[in-house]
Amino acid sequence: MGKIVFWQGNRAVAMGAIMAGVRFYAGYPITPSSEIAEILSAELPKVGGIFIQMEDEIGSMAAAIGASLAGLKSMTATSGPGFSLKQENIGFAIMAEVPVVVVDVQRGGPSTGTPTKPFQGDFMQARWGSHGGFPLIVLSPSTVKECFDLTIEAVNLAERFRSPVILLTDEIVGHMREKMEIPEEYEVKIVNRKKPSTSFLDYRPYRADPEDDIPPMAAYGEGYCFHVTGLVHDEYGLPTNDPKVIEALNLRLLRKFEKGKDLLVKFSTFATDDADVLVVAFGCVARSAMGAIREARKLGYKVGLFRPVMLWPFPDEPLREAASKVKAIIVPEMNPGLMVREVERAIRGKCEVYSLLRLDTEMITPGQILEKIKEVV
Amino acid sequence: MPRGNIARFLRLGLFPHIFCAGCGHGIALHALVRAFDSMGYNPEEVMVVSGIGCSSRIPGYINANTLHTTHGRALAFATGIKLANPKLKVVAVMGDGDCAAIGGNHFIHAARRNLDMTAIVLNNYIYGMTGGQASPTTPHGAKGSTAPYGFIERQFDLCNLAIAAGAVYVARATVFHVPQTEKFIKRALEKKGFSFVEIVSVCPTQFGRRNRLRGPVEMMEWLKNNSFPISKAKEMSPQELEGKIVIGEFADKEMIEYTQLYQDLCKVAQEEGTEE
Ligand SMILES: Cc1ncc(C[n+]2csc(CCOP(=O)(O)OP(=O)(O)O)c2C)c(N)n1
Repeated sequence: MGKIVFWQGNRAVAMGAIMAGVRFYAGYPITPSSEIAEILSAELPKVGGIFIQMEDEIGSMAAAIGASLAGLKSMTATSGPGFSLKQENIGFAIMAEVPVVVVDVQRGGPSTGTPTKPFQGDFMQARWGSHGGFPLIVLSPSTVKECFDLTIEAVNLAERFRSPVILLTDEIVGHMREKMEIPEEYEVKIVNRKKPSTSFLDYRPYRADPEDDIPPMAAYGEGYCFHVTGLVHDEYGLPTNDPKVIEALNLRLLRKFEKGKDLLVKFSTFATDDADVLVVAFGCVARSAMGAIREARKLGYKVGLFRPVMLWPFPDEPLREAASKVKAIIVPEMNPGLMVREVERAIRGKCEVYSLLRLDTEMITPGQILEKIKEVV
Repeated sequence: MPRGNIARFLRLGLFPHIFCAGCGHGIALHALVRAFDSMGYNPEEVMVVSGIGCSSRIPGYINANTLHTTHGRALAFATGIKLANPKLKVVAVMGDGDCAAIGGNHFIHAARRNLDMTAIVLNNYIYGMTGGQASPTTPHGAKGSTAPYGFIERQFDLCNLAIAAGAVYVARATVFHVPQTEKFIKRALEKKGFSFVEIVSVCPTQFGRRNRLRGPVEMMEWLKNNSFPISKAKEMSPQELEGKIVIGEFADKEMIEYTQLYQDLCKVAQEEGTEE
C-alpha cells in the first residue's frame, strides 16, 4: 500500500505526471493552473527532468512537442486563454503524431473571463479548438485521486496513440484538497511509445504498423535522420500534394483511433441499475450530482449518475444503452449547454433530455440538481 | 563543384528544389551544409528546425534530424529539443517575417536565455511564400503586395535586436558574400550559447520585381554595391549608410550557457531538495 496524502488536484496532476514518466514540462503561468508549473519546477529537477517557463503558451506547446520528438515524455498545463493560444501547435502534434499531454484547468470565459472561478466552457474547445477536425482524446477528472490517475492515463494514451491528449479539469477540481493514496511505482501501468526496429537507412518515420496504424517513433539524436512537418506528408515525412497520399494519411489518422477504440471509452456510473432518471455530468458538477442523487434516493426517487470520464471520444454507445432504460436524462453543466447537445446526439431520441445550466460561475449545488430531479419526475 | 563531402548532408533525391529561379536561399542552404561538413559533424548529431516560409523549406533538403514547425515557432520547438537532448547541434532556419514578426517574442527570449543553438535568418526583405507582403525588414519606402504605395514603417535591424536581447554571437553576411556567409555560420556553430547569423537573401520574384531590381543578376549587383564591411561602415556618415547593408561580426562574447546552468540546478535540487 502506498502513502496517504492530502493533496490539491493540481498537485495530483503534477505528481501523476512524474509517476507516468513525464520528464519535460514547459508552461506559462495562468490561474487556476499555475500550481502545476510551480510544483513541477521543484519536482522535475529532482528526478533529472526538465522544467522551463517559456515566454508564452504558444512557445510552451512548441517546446513540449520538441522535447517529445527528442524522446522525452512531455506535458504543458494552462487555462482557457492559454489553451486557445496552444491550439495551432496542438494541431501540429496531431498531424506530426507527437505524444504530448495538455492540461486545461478551466475557468470562467469567454476571454479572460473569471480567472478564479469554475466553469466548464472548454468542453468543445478541447475537442475542436484546433483547425482541421481530427480525433482527439480528452479526459476529465472529478476527484483529486482521479487527477492523479487520469494524468497517468493521459500520458499513456498519448504515447500509445502518438497523439496529443487533453486533461480537462476545472478550477474546483484543480484547487480542492482531498485525501488520496499514492500507488507504489510497481502498481502503475506505464505505456511507452513504440520504437522502430528497422535500420537507420530503412526507417520511414510515418510508415505505420498495419495492425494498429501507428508508426514506430524514433527520437531525434538516436541515429535516425528523418523529417517531421505539419504539412501533409508521405511515409518519409516529406510534404506532398498527391491527393492519394493525402487521403491515405487522413484515413490512417482516423483508423488508428478506430482500431484502438476499446481504450477510448471511459465512463463511470452510480446507482443506475434501477434508475428511471439519469443525471449526466462531468468534472466538478458530477460531484454535486452525486450529492443530489444520494438525497433523491433517500426521498425514494430512482435516479442514477452517468459520468463521462473520457469526454472525447464521447461515450455514445454506453450512454445510448443507458438512455434506453430510463424515462429522462438531466444534464447539469456550468456553460451555455455544450454537453447537452452531445448527449442528445448520442442517445438519438431514446428518452427526454432536460438541460440545467448555471452561468454565474458559482458551483451548481446538489440542491439545484435535486430540484430539477423533482421537477422532471 | 561542391567542396568537401556535402552530399552526405543532402537529401539528393528531393532535388530540384522548390525555390524560384534566382532565389538566394539555395546559396544559403549550400553554405549551411558546407559549414556542417567542415565542422566535421555527422548528420545524426545535427538538428535543423524551421518555421514556415520559403526559407523554412530548407531543412527538408538537409539529410540530418529535421523539423518544419509552425510559423514563427522554430526557436520554441528548438528549445524543447535542445533541453531534451543537449548533445544535438541545433540550428534554426527562419525567414525575416517568421523570425521577427510572428516569432519575435521567441527570438528575443531565446537570445536572452542563451541556450546553445544557432539561429539563421534568411532576410529577403519580404514575405516570399505568401506573395510579397511587407515584412518587419522591408525597407522604408519599398513596395510590397500589401504596401503598394511604399512601406511607411521603419525597418527592423535584426542584428541590433539580437545584440540587445543578449545573443553571444551576432553576424551578418549576404548571399553575394559566400565565403563570409560560410565563415560566420561556422563561427556561430562553434560558439557555445545563442548565436545569430543574418543572411541577406534575394527574392527576385516578390521583392525585386516590385522594386525595380528586375532580375537575379540585378539583385546580386545591388547586394554587391550596397554592402559594406564594418570597418568601412565606421568611416561612413549615417546619411551615407542609409539603405546600406553592413556586413561582419557585431558581437562575440562569453556568457554561461543555459543547459549548463540547468544541469547545475538539477544537482542542487537532488542534493538539497525543496520544502513541500
Ligand atoms: C499562423 C500563420 N500565419 C500566417 C501564415 C502564412 N504564411 C506562410 S509563410 C509566411 C511568411 C513567410 O515569409 P518569411 O518569413 O519572410 O519567409 P520567406 O518565405 O520570405 O522565406 C506567412 C505569413 C501561416 N502559415 N501561419
